[in-house]
Amino acid sequence: MEPVMAIAVGLMYAAAIYMMLRRSIVKLVIGLMLLSNAANLLIFTSAGMTRGAPPLIPEGAIVPDGIVADPLPQALILTAIVIAFGVLAFAVVLIHRAYNILRTDNLDQMKDTDT
Amino acid sequence: MSFEVALPILIPLLTGALCVMFWRYNAIQRALSLVGSFALLAASIWLMVSVYNDGHVVMYMGNWEAPFGITLVADMLSAIMVVLTGMMAVAIAIYSLSSASPSHERFGYYPLMHLLLAGVAGSFLTGDIFNLYVWFEVMLVASFALLILGGERAQMEGAVKYVTLNLLSSAIFLSAIGLLYGLVGTLNMADIAVKLGEAENAGLIDVIAVMFLIAFGIKAAAFPLFFWLPASYHTGPVAVSALFAGLLTKVGVYALFRVFTLIFNQNVEFTHEILLWMAGFTMLTGVLGAAAQFEFRRILSFHIVSQIGYMILGLALFTPLALIGGVFYIMHHIIVKTNLFLISGITHRLLGTYDLKKLGGIYKSRPFLSILFLIPALSLAGIPPLSGFFAKFIIIRAGVEANAWVITGIALLVGLLTLYSMIKIWAEVFWKKLPKGLDDTALTEGKTSASTVVLYIPVVLLAICTLVIGLNGQPIYDFAEYSAAQLLNPQGYIDAVLGGAQ
Repeated sequence: MEPVMAIAVGLMYAAAIYMMLRRSIVKLVIGLMLLSNAANLLIFTSAGMTRGAPPLIPEGAIVPDGIVADPLPQALILTAIVIAFGVLAFAVVLIHRAYNILRTDNLDQMKDTDT
Repeated sequence: MSFEVALPILIPLLTGALCVMFWRYNAIQRALSLVGSFALLAASIWLMVSVYNDGHVVMYMGNWEAPFGITLVADMLSAIMVVLTGMMAVAIAIYSLSSASPSHERFGYYPLMHLLLAGVAGSFLTGDIFNLYVWFEVMLVASFALLILGGERAQMEGAVKYVTLNLLSSAIFLSAIGLLYGLVGTLNMADIAVKLGEAENAGLIDVIAVMFLIAFGIKAAAFPLFFWLPASYHTGPVAVSALFAGLLTKVGVYALFRVFTLIFNQNVEFTHEILLWMAGFTMLTGVLGAAAQFEFRRILSFHIVSQIGYMILGLALFTPLALIGGVFYIMHHIIVKTNLFLISGITHRLLGTYDLKKLGGIYKSRPFLSILFLIPALSLAGIPPLSGFFAKFIIIRAGVEANAWVITGIALLVGLLTLYSMIKIWAEVFWKKLPKGLDDTALTEGKTSASTVVLYIPVVLLAICTLVIGLNGQPIYDFAEYSAAQLLNPQGYIDAVLGGAQ
């Protein structure tokens, strides 16, 4: 399963970078979305893909019996998804405002503050 | 239970929340912001005292023991950074009393400012690598919103670049955390340091180290990833620019210091060699970029970049003296750079522009302000006996002792070019006559209004700090020495975090 996931993660990174390098500001934000999702999938993959039971400890026991899934990567991904959601919501509003004020969605025309 | 570690995070969060509750009452928000900033400074000094006495102050969130729960850790470096955060909070809170326009205040200026401070303090104090990511994001979201307050053209353009590159950096940071977790199965920084020492896959460790280097390099605005900074920092409201200039990039520098002394110290020849090159190019490109600029805040923004190079140089040489220099440089730089931005705000108040070609004649009517500018400006360039001289002196001496002649030469050259930029600002803004046909009523009226006097208070206070560091540098040097000793001996940090659980 890992090789498939690794290739999928790589493709998502590639797609994200490609989208971010386009001129359109909307595609830039789509690239950012793909990038954060790719990072989440990477955490999921690199933490080890074991098929296990939920990490619940039976009553009276100190350790769970059998192989259990590692809950921490899932917690990390959940946190990262929430953060990415908030930040991307901001980014979407930002490009909307930027379009309204600058009247362009072409990143090549947003160079006034560069030089 | 060491409660003082959590206070520098809790106080700004609470202040920000209270400010939200009084959303429509600007006067109450202003008062709350001022009180919250002073409380933050007091709490940070308390933390500094405990760290000075105990070495490391550790607090386990929710009483979960060390490698399992989230830990807050303060060593000397964290404590120094938090105290500086408190000082900047006070300076900006006072400055904002006069500089924040009502339209900014209506859109959450004070809550955002304190949320930003909470994010900064959290980044300095956390002992958990994923928690560091979370605090980075808290800080970033607040900074995004602060940067576009006012919604002008330039702000939008600057914000698009700022947001994109910072999100890119966060994604790289997150990916690196994922890979690191896959390798060692823990997130606690002290525990990672222990486990990485036992890990065998050296190639993967280097890859992860470089990913952290890139992620924090973007945040710290190091070469070649600094372009977002000069494109965006000069666009926001001036108090916001000053706060960003003082604190935000330094969070990236702090993260580099933390990660490359505590976690990635196995393959120093490889990682710190990259850091060394990065430092050299950062210094050079920053200072050369500044030489080409004719906008007050843009020159200062480029100088942030070049000064970051000195701090990274301190880390890259990785000798005790160099680390002392790096920490000393951070202390000096935060104070000086914030002060310069605040002064640019006062000249803007007087003449209504940041363009050097349209400024002038300030020395004639405002000699006191001119002297106040000279103190941080000459300090930035490294003229004795000001704070910048000792900061540069320590780093250059460390470079000479390490036989790193090329990088030492670059550091000296960059000091010279910094002086050139500062003289340019001095000549254009303060010395030359005011260009004809400009509205100079605010300048020639002679009497300074009460609201402008408020702008002077933080500038004077920060200038005094610069002078004190310069004229009485020994205590500051001792703090830097203490923190450098801790950074070079990560075992103390590891024992403090993991040992307390047993």
